[in-house]
Amino acid sequence: MDYALQQLVNGLTLGMIYGLIALGYTMVYGIIGMINFAHGDIFMVGAFTSLIGFLLLGMGGVTFVPLALILVLVLAMAFTSLYGFTVERLAYRPLRGSFRLAPLISAIGMSIFLQNFVQVTQDARVKPLEPVIRGGVVLATGGTIEVTLSYMQVAIILTTLVVLAVFTLIIARTPLGRAMRACEQDRRMAALLGIDTDRTISLTFVIGAALAAVAGMMYLLYYGVIDFFIGFVAGIKAFTAAVLGGIGSLPGAVLGALLIGLIETFWSAYFSVQYKDVAAFSILAIALIFLPSGILGRNEIEKV
Amino acid sequence: MSAAPAGVPMLAVEDVTTAYGAIVALRGVSLAVGRGEIVTLIGANGAGKSTLMMTICGDPAPRSGRIVYDGQDITGWPTHHIMRQGLAHAPEGRRIFPRMTVLENLRMGAELMDGTHFDEDLERVCTLFPRLKERLSQRGGTLSGGEQQMLAIARALMSRPRLLLLDEPSLGLAPMVVRQIFAAIRDLNRQTGLTVLLVEQNAYHALRLAHRGYVLVNGRITMSGTGSELLARAEVRAAYLEGGRA
Repeated sequence: MDYALQQLVNGLTLGMIYGLIALGYTMVYGIIGMINFAHGDIFMVGAFTSLIGFLLLGMGGVTFVPLALILVLVLAMAFTSLYGFTVERLAYRPLRGSFRLAPLISAIGMSIFLQNFVQVTQDARVKPLEPVIRGGVVLATGGTIEVTLSYMQVAIILTTLVVLAVFTLIIARTPLGRAMRACEQDRRMAALLGIDTDRTISLTFVIGAALAAVAGMMYLLYYGVIDFFIGFVAGIKAFTAAVLGGIGSLPGAVLGALLIGLIETFWSAYFSVQYKDVAAFSILAIALIFLPSGILGRNEIEKV
Repeated sequence: MSAAPAGVPMLAVEDVTTAYGAIVALRGVSLAVGRGEIVTLIGANGAGKSTLMMTICGDPAPRSGRIVYDGQDITGWPTHHIMRQGLAHAPEGRRIFPRMTVLENLRMGAELMDGTHFDEDLERVCTLFPRLKERLSQRGGTLSGGEQQMLAIARALMSRPRLLLLDEPSLGLAPMVVRQIFAAIRDLNRQTGLTVLLVEQNAYHALRLAHRGYVLVNGRITMSGTGSELLARAEVRAAYLEGGRA
């Protein structure tokens, strides 16, 4: 029982990280109907930016942890947003109005480019980071193991919840969020109401990249090691989460990500670590047979 | 035939040709809408009426010719830029945002305003279409056809346009609702001097409402005149009123 509780905590933490990435996939899909395969690598860039940020702050002698976290977070979000913006501008916008597969191919190209770019500039070895947040609270003792909730996990879960709350408010209440939803539902009509749809799409990429940067920082803190290839697997997982939750649906992306995180963690805990990815993807396959549009996905029936 | 009104017209379409790939939809169309006028464009299905309306909005951009709005050449401008000059379009098919509430749809219409007039404008369109007031928190996709049409017009009015483009507001609606919508257009025109370009298949009602009209056949303007002139013409009666009336 204690063991299961511990896995629940671990699974939720992992799911939160996936959720932040999955939102980027689902937002971009919602608004321009393409899968941004480079999104996982944007997340990787966010992790690297965070690593560099922590090292610079370490050299600068900033030792107050909350301040360091906030500074690095802002830096990573800003820098990664710039990447997201540039990728859209260079690789996707010129192809808008082209055949459907063109931006998809371009996205795969961007993904390979970003991986190689980071590999060349940061080299291919695994990069470690000293634990920034240490310690934790023991939730339960007795039985076979101690159930601990590390402060790291608390930080990840809290930060993610705050980011999600802000993000939800932006989407639901602000003119930008309304414009994004309008573009998602009918881009031509949005333009007829004076919305600059290109700008809205750009900002969608920027927001998605900023969320991925948060995930990148969390990943770095949680695992303590990163390399240029982390974006691939995490990206595929997050994409799976977005599809499982119903691609295009924002709550779906988070729900799907939490499920994937839990499935993966519990499978690793009770069966085998080697097959955790098989488990996650098998659940996706099975779920899609019974729910083809995902858990919270829309059926395409709508009164017009 | 009556000439276009004197002075700088609100909208002048000059010799515009529009094509979708190899398919030419408009062939050298010219028309003018004076300030404070209601002008209607009638024609059969596929004549190019909606294409002309969308071409005015820059989507698609015309292949040749000029579009001048309020003395300013807007040919080739991006759509959102054109729409910020004081035009509003309630397009073909209504294009309500289905997963937004009625209130949010109206907010989208007012997106260009700074927000200071929102409550006042909301009150105004709700007075015009009281049905919308009861439905403010309902999602756009769940409205009936007539309600969606009212919402499309209301949404267009939220930006306080000087020129309102209306594409087939009567399509698929019950005759009573059509009368209600046409009465609303007439009132707006009389009370606020709103200029209207109205596309209609329902030629009889449209010509009675409009000051002037144009007939579009296969992408060309074949006739123009005041509403009553066109109503009296045998060709119009034969094509759009007696034989062609749906």
